[in-house]
Amino acid sequence: MPDNSISNPKKRLSLRKQDERIAWLLLAPSLLVIILVTVWPIIYSFILSFFVAPIGINQIRTFVWLQNYIGIFKDPAFWETINRTLYFTVASVTLNLILGLAIAQLIHSHPWGWKFIRFSLIIPWAVPTIVNGAMWRWIYNGDFGALNGALMQFGFIKHYVPWLTLPSLAMPLVILADTWHTMPLIALILQAALAGIPEELDEAAAVDGANAWQRFWKIRLPLLRPALLVALIIRTVEAFRVFDIVYIITSGGPASSTITMTFLTYLYSFPYGKQGTGAALSFIISVVIMLLALVYIRLLYRPEEN
Amino acid sequence: MNKMVRIFMWVLSLILILALVGCAPKQTEVVTIHVLTMDQAGLKSAEIDQIARDFEAQNPDIKVVMEYVGYDYVHDKIVLGMAANPPAYDAAMVDVIWPDEFIKASYLLDVTNRVTPDMKSGMFPASWNGITRNGKVYGMPWLMDVKYFMYNTEILQKAGIKAPPTTWEELVDQANTIKQKDLAEFPISWSWNQKEGVVCDFTVLLFGNGGSFLDASGKPAFNDEKGVQALTWMKQTIDDGLTNPSSIASDEMAVEADFLAGKSAFAVNWLFQYSDSNDATKSQIAGKVAFAPMPVFAAGASAGIKGASVDGSSAFAIMATTPYADQTWKFLSYLASNEVQIKYSAEMLPVWQTDFEGEALNTLLASNPNNSVTVPAFLGQFPYANERPTVPYYNEASAALQLAIQEALTGVKTPQAALDEAAAKWIELAGK
Repeated sequence: MPDNSISNPKKRLSLRKQDERIAWLLLAPSLLVIILVTVWPIIYSFILSFFVAPIGINQIRTFVWLQNYIGIFKDPAFWETINRTLYFTVASVTLNLILGLAIAQLIHSHPWGWKFIRFSLIIPWAVPTIVNGAMWRWIYNGDFGALNGALMQFGFIKHYVPWLTLPSLAMPLVILADTWHTMPLIALILQAALAGIPEELDEAAAVDGANAWQRFWKIRLPLLRPALLVALIIRTVEAFRVFDIVYIITSGGPASSTITMTFLTYLYSFPYGKQGTGAALSFIISVVIMLLALVYIRLLYRPEEN
Repeated sequence: MNKMVRIFMWVLSLILILALVGCAPKQTEVVTIHVLTMDQAGLKSAEIDQIARDFEAQNPDIKVVMEYVGYDYVHDKIVLGMAANPPAYDAAMVDVIWPDEFIKASYLLDVTNRVTPDMKSGMFPASWNGITRNGKVYGMPWLMDVKYFMYNTEILQKAGIKAPPTTWEELVDQANTIKQKDLAEFPISWSWNQKEGVVCDFTVLLFGNGGSFLDASGKPAFNDEKGVQALTWMKQTIDDGLTNPSSIASDEMAVEADFLAGKSAFAVNWLFQYSDSNDATKSQIAGKVAFAPMPVFAAGASAGIKGASVDGSSAFAIMATTPYADQTWKFLSYLASNEVQIKYSAEMLPVWQTDFEGEALNTLLASNPNNSVTVPAFLGQFPYANERPTVPYYNEASAALQLAIQEALTGVKTPQAALDEAAAKWIELAGK
């Protein structure tokens, strides 16, 4: 019997179109849910950002065009918050990458117990962020905290220190708590990428006289670039949007020294009841994150390496 | 089996099924109401759950689902809950500082016509003031609370102090004595973290110095000389090592933890701290706690200020869009009923002024060992409860003041500069 699908192009297209139609039909319910739950709220928030929208039932919403955005940009507190958030992001991502890479390299070298190390990385990552925040708040507690206890035991301090009351230290401590929780993901991504690099490249370089640092810098790191890009983008987005760990450990204090962009968005949207301003802030966050992602892609993405 | 027999069997089955369904007892519709409250001051969650179960036993057509969160989360959960229709909660605890905002947002049901004459005349007028605006009532009184001054009798005795302080200046002297005798590293504990608690404590001190939040024309007055003195005093007690520096990151629960562990000699807190302090399973100072009238500043006393504290009362309000207003009001009426309030008066004194008179007072005093102490303390302190401003933008205004106080306490700004900035923000908010 002749193969109609090859000899009859019209029938081949029709079958393909039928497949596409069936595919769209099967995808339609999921797409509908995604549009309703994700796309529509984003569009609605964007529209809301051009209104003065107080919380409440049947409240009058006044169209103010860009006034919400202008008001935000004119507020010195906004710029302080952006600085703080960038500080958190840069510090957290840098620590994540350095520690994550170091641990990935450690696991990759297969020391004794490397499987246990890799398994135990899951634990900090698996702890819910709220639980993580509550745990670290107790560790940092000025009267009963484990940090004070340990430092006193080793003789580093003579008196307990109220860590979370010091504006200069509160943010670094939150960054540390966040790094403990998020670094394992980076370590695992990079370790998986390291495992994919052929050993022969390393061996050949060693034969040619390259030392360990040269092999790492010239061979492994360039080949890790795609994984690094993924890790950077994931962590940067998460770090810039940080909220829950700040909410639990410091609630933005002391003296607002740990208020980040998302926390500010939360304050305007709920305690202050100004949903238009909250929506505008959330879009500013989105734009900044997109710009950061574009910068990374520009700097790190090399299609030919893929 | 032939076709006729099969048809017959189907028809017979259908008749039997219909007959069985018809004989089934008719189900009464049970309405479930959801109520949100705090798990902090006032009654404990286990006690409120028991009240709900007792109510359900008397009202089998109503099921009550309680939800408990820390005080600092209640406001946001109400706002979130009201975004749904029907709302996530049929009733919620409303703090004394929220009604103006929530009434403006049309969140609260007007229950003026549901309030009985007995309720109106039997409960303290002050308990209705918190949820009454322009003659309309928006809730059921629940908790009348004020900040109290408590002290550790054993520490004072060991320090040779014969009586608790009557002024804040005396408190400093006594705290110094206690510290010098190594009886407490930090004799005083406060809830000065960047939340509403710090504004409550500032209210106590501000009014105790003869100050106020607003002047006669409605403009901010807390940044005047009296307010700056109060804030300067707060900072000084930290710098002098008398106030626990952790107070800058502490809430009322942390103050209680310090006090119950015997680490502080003086603590300013809500009533719940007293019953917990006498619970030997939680407290290391059971039986060693006493109330004293809240001190005032010497300047305030000279100006005739006899007492100063802060009103922290709350009510239960019905959410405006609930489909179960009748059932919810029934539950709230039970919750606030005399019999329930007397039964659980160890944790929360009744809002019924009739319970504080004549034979009813004896019943109240006898209903719990703590009441012989807490009732006089309440009657002595509540008349001096001061209100925070009742404005719809209070949350944002309070946030500005919280930041100012924290900036002063951490040394980021001087008290004057910090309070001036907060005052400017209040003027901006009032103008919008």
